[in-house]
This record gives sequence, structure tokens and C-alpha cells, in this order.
Amino acid sequence: MVVETEVIRREYLRHDKKFPHVWCPGCGNGIVLGSLLRAIHGLGLPKDDVVVVSGIGCSSRMTTYIDFNTLHTTHGRALTFATGVKLAKPRLKVIAVMGDGDATAIGGNHFIHAARRNISITAIIVNNSTYGMTGGQYSPTTPYGSRSTTSVYGHVEHDFSIAELAVTAGASFVARGTVYHAAQLDKLLEEAMSKRGFSVVEVISNCHVQHGRRNKLGDAVTMITGFRDRAVPVAKAAKMTAEEMQGKFSIGVLCDVDKPVSTEEYERIRSEACQLKS
Amino acid sequence: MASAEQGQRVLLQGNEAVVHGAIAAGCRFFAGYPITPASEISELLSVMLPKVGGTFIQMEDEIASMGAIIGASLAGVKSMTATSGPGFSLMQENLGYACITEVPCVVVNVMRGGPSTGLPTNVSQGDVLMARWGTHGDHPIIVLAVSSVSDCFSITVRAFNLSEKYRVPVILLSDEVVAHTRESVVLPSQDKVRVVDRIAPSVPPQWYKPYADNNRGVPDMAAFGEGYRHHVTGLVHDERGFPTQQPKEIESFLMRLHDKITKGFSEIMITKNHLMEDAEVCVIAYGCVSRAALMAIKMARQHGIKAGLLQLVTLFPFPRKAVDAALRQCKAAIVPELNLGQMAREINRVNQTGTRIIKHNRIDGQMITPNEILKQILGVS
Repeated sequence: MVVETEVIRREYLRHDKKFPHVWCPGCGNGIVLGSLLRAIHGLGLPKDDVVVVSGIGCSSRMTTYIDFNTLHTTHGRALTFATGVKLAKPRLKVIAVMGDGDATAIGGNHFIHAARRNISITAIIVNNSTYGMTGGQYSPTTPYGSRSTTSVYGHVEHDFSIAELAVTAGASFVARGTVYHAAQLDKLLEEAMSKRGFSVVEVISNCHVQHGRRNKLGDAVTMITGFRDRAVPVAKAAKMTAEEMQGKFSIGVLCDVDKPVSTEEYERIRSEACQLKS
Repeated sequence: MASAEQGQRVLLQGNEAVVHGAIAAGCRFFAGYPITPASEISELLSVMLPKVGGTFIQMEDEIASMGAIIGASLAGVKSMTATSGPGFSLMQENLGYACITEVPCVVVNVMRGGPSTGLPTNVSQGDVLMARWGTHGDHPIIVLAVSSVSDCFSITVRAFNLSEKYRVPVILLSDEVVAHTRESVVLPSQDKVRVVDRIAPSVPPQWYKPYADNNRGVPDMAAFGEGYRHHVTGLVHDERGFPTQQPKEIESFLMRLHDKITKGFSEIMITKNHLMEDAEVCVIAYGCVSRAALMAIKMARQHGIKAGLLQLVTLFPFPRKAVDAALRQCKAAIVPELNLGQMAREINRVNQTGTRIIKHNRIDGQMITPNEILKQILGVS
């Protein structure tokens, strides 16, 4: 279903608040924001029941602009706050928006434990391979050999695959999309938000200002269309060799399993303990 | 693990009494990470919270625990965490977040010897100034110290009430001796416990300003999911909760944070006087040391010395008025502490009358005995 942009804009943005936004022209964050709102709209979630939590960085400023219960937390800790909100009021739909450094460097431990715990939270990780807001230093997803403000001679470390890390750590639903494939991203986010348990959507995004410029990757349009050329559907990628996948990445649903959800299990314990008492 | 029916005489250790106090005060969420000597608080709450419809979670670390209790409090549930020195160090950043976002919560720090891993099973009072200034920036905070098992119940209730009333995190400083000492206490029945809840907004959602000043200086607080959609951020924010860099808005916001605590001074300052009416020498102490000090002044009285004890329960904001009165009244004040003089420094700071202040410190992981304090009293008499 194609949703009228005007409906989304009118319904979900905080018009009387702090616009213009902080993002650079051409930044992928705007596309992720659009997808997030279309997914929420598509699922028909009441605004009062949605809590969007974010950490620190460019993508995490998203919470400022959207009209839900919003919580802009400390660096790397979005999932810890989200866990408290979800456990205290399980009926709320809790979504955490983070950047790659936010979620997997300073917040790496919280990320793997939220996945292991299988708590019903949707984590959206905008992966632009750099610390954008703080000046373009290398992040856990900066490719080997890349240049950043803290790896001017070329990066000597290897990068994480966020989505595969989430699968291994035990998330119920894991998907990867890009800001080029916006229509698919809408769908992936809808699926992730409807999933019981911990769901993760890694969104490959562009930071042409920090990462792109230093690595001669071109402007926003070049970087975004580059994702079109490098992305391979999961099913197709499974049949390709490591050599064929060199420089490419898979997109789509990597993992979708059903297993006990800690938030629901605890509700059962709570009701049993309450009965035990009376 | 002892469980207690309220209104009955029970044998409890300090950590257990903290749990009963928290439940009585309405705490329904706890997130923590095990650490000696605070672990019993987690263990007992994991049993008791689900029975009262609450939630217990053991997080992956102390940073996560602090984040989770802030999240839970924003969702409208009274929340707490408990830790000891090393864990308390890790909580500091999110503690600052709770200060700037005015999220009520209680953080129990059962002090042990430090720094670093220090002396895990030994007593200390080394975290007093960290409780006040551990997180960055100028911010007010309330720090309370417990000295007995019955304190652990009643002061925990007070901690929650002050936290809810002033929308400020409250640090409850316990120590290894208070935490693990078992004493016989009668816990009050629930109807005898005064419970304060945060004030929810009564205006229609479109009029709600989550950080608006009022005559209390404490904004009404809406819980997530109740129709009052608002933004919470650790950035300095305007009265609508959105980041601001306007100098006027920054200053008026930060000053309000301080002023709301200033307005509540008389209620927040809790001190106890023991034999102070005619005292010529006083001991100023807090936590487990005040127990030894009470014994010492009684022994001094038997020696014919007019000694008294000013016990500090509120450590911060510093109970200047009570300390000032004691210093004016006495020719000397002895300040025994299980650190190198962290509160003595504060007492010296407010000493207007030039009263002689004698520090007595131990940092070897052992308690200060009544005899040690008595010796100091005899020395100045």
C-alpha cells in the first residue's frame, strides 16, 4: 500500500517542535524515518502506545521529531532504557533506534544480551559505517582499509556484520535492508514490529559527508545507488560463493524463528506468584 | 532468606529490611547486577516483586541496570537498583541522566572498601563524596545514610518518597556492616507507612508541558502510555522537553533543578540528636559508625563528660543547619569515619565558630570501635 507522504507528515511529525532537523542534505536517516513512520502507520499502532527510544548520534535525533512517547538516552544505552520501559508496561510497543557505533561498540553488550533475552523490542540499527555526529571516527562497521579521522593511514581492524551478530546472539527476527530499497524497508520494519520477541533490522545507510568523502565514495546519490548494486537478496546470496559475495551484502530476512519471549514468560511468573500469595 | 509479615517482630539483616522498605514504599521494578555486599537485595526482590505484581530483572551490568530503572520509572513504575562501589561507579553517567530528566528512582549503594575492587567483604564509607559528585555537571541530588536495620526500612521508604516528591534520584548509602547485621525489628503494617507518589498532570494532553515550572518547582510527571506523548532527553531542554541552547533557557532550567531541592530543605534534612541537650563535646557520625558513636557518648557520660551525638541521615544536601547548631554549642566535635575525612571536610566547610574538629579515620576495612571514639572524647575533655 502506498501511503500518502502528506498523511504521514501531518500525522506523525512534531511540526511545532524543533525543526529544521540536524541531518545533512542527502542523509539516509530521513529515509529510515519515513520507513519507520509508514510501518507504524501500516500496522495501525496507536501513537500513545508507541515508545521510541534512541541512543546518541545522528540517527538517534530521530526521536526529537516524531510524535510518540520518545526517549533520547545516553550513548549506547538505548536498549537498557527500552528494556525498563517494556518490562514496566508490557502493552507498549517499544522501538529502539540506534547507530552502528551506538548499538555495537559502546552498546554491544546490551545488544547481544537483549537478543539473548529475547525481549519484545524492535531494534533499528542505522549502519553508516562511521561515527557521523562526532566527526567521522571509525566504528565497528568501518570496513578494513577505510580512512576515517582516527584511521587516516587506513583501518587495520575488521568490521562486524550487525545482522549476523544478532542472529547468533539469539534474536527472533533479523533482517537487513538499505536506504535505497525503501519499499522493502517499510515491509521489513512492519514484519519486525509485528514479531514476538527481539527483532532487529539493520539498515545500510550513507554518510557521504564523513565516511563517503574520506573514502572517495561519491555524493549521497552515488552512495545510495551503490547499495542497489551491492545488495543481493538473501536467497540468492545463499547460493553464491564467498568470492562472488566479495564487496556485496545480503538483504532481506536473515532469521525468523519462534521461541519463548522473556517479557511474556515473566508475565506468567508474575501471575503465578500473585496467585501463590493469595 | 527471611521473609517478614509487616506488623510482626522479625529478625532481619539490613539488606532484607531495604527490600521490605522498598516494597512498602511502592517499588515495583528492580534491575540490578550482583555484587558483594549488596546481592541479598537482588535475591530477595527476585522472590518478592512478582508476588506483588512487580518486575525483577538481572541485567548484564550496572550501566544497564541504571538505564532500565530509568525506563521503568518513565513508564510510571517506582523503581530501584542496588549495588556496591564498583557498580556505583558504572552507574554514574545514567545517574546524571536521571538528574537532568528528573526521573524518580532510588539507588542503593552498600559501601565496601575501595578504590576499585578494593575490599569486597569489608566495610567502608569511602563513597560519600562520589554519591554527591560522581556524575558530571552541576546537579542537586539527595543522599541518605542508614545505620540500623530499622533505618534500612524507614529510610528506604523516605528515599522513595523524596524521590517521587522532588523528581530526583535518591542515593541510599548503606555499608557492609549495616547490610549484614541482623537485628530484631518490628516492621510497620502497610497502613502505617506514609507513601508519596509523583503528581500526574491533570491538564489535557495538548496543554501538557513536561518540564514547566510551577510553585513547587517540580513539574507534573506523565507516564509513557497514558496519552501524554512527550520527549525525554539528556540534553538540556526547554519546558516542552526539547533540546535548547538558549542561554536564558539553560540557566533557568538548571537553576530550577537546584531550587526545587532548596525549597524542600527542611523536609529533606534528616538528622538525629542523641544526648545533645547539654552536650559540650559532640560526635558527628553517620552509617554504622554512628552506632559505635552512640555507645561511646554513653560511656563518656559515665565518665562525667557531657557528650552528645549528632547523627546525620541526610548527607546531601548537607544538613548545615543541624551541624552549625552542634558546632556552636560544643567546644569540640569528633568526626569518626571509615574514610579519610570526606564528611569532616564538609563539616569544616561550615564551621563558622572555629570549633575544634577532630577527625578519626579508619581505612583498614575494620569498624571503628566505641573505645576509639571514647578515647578521642576523653582527649578533648
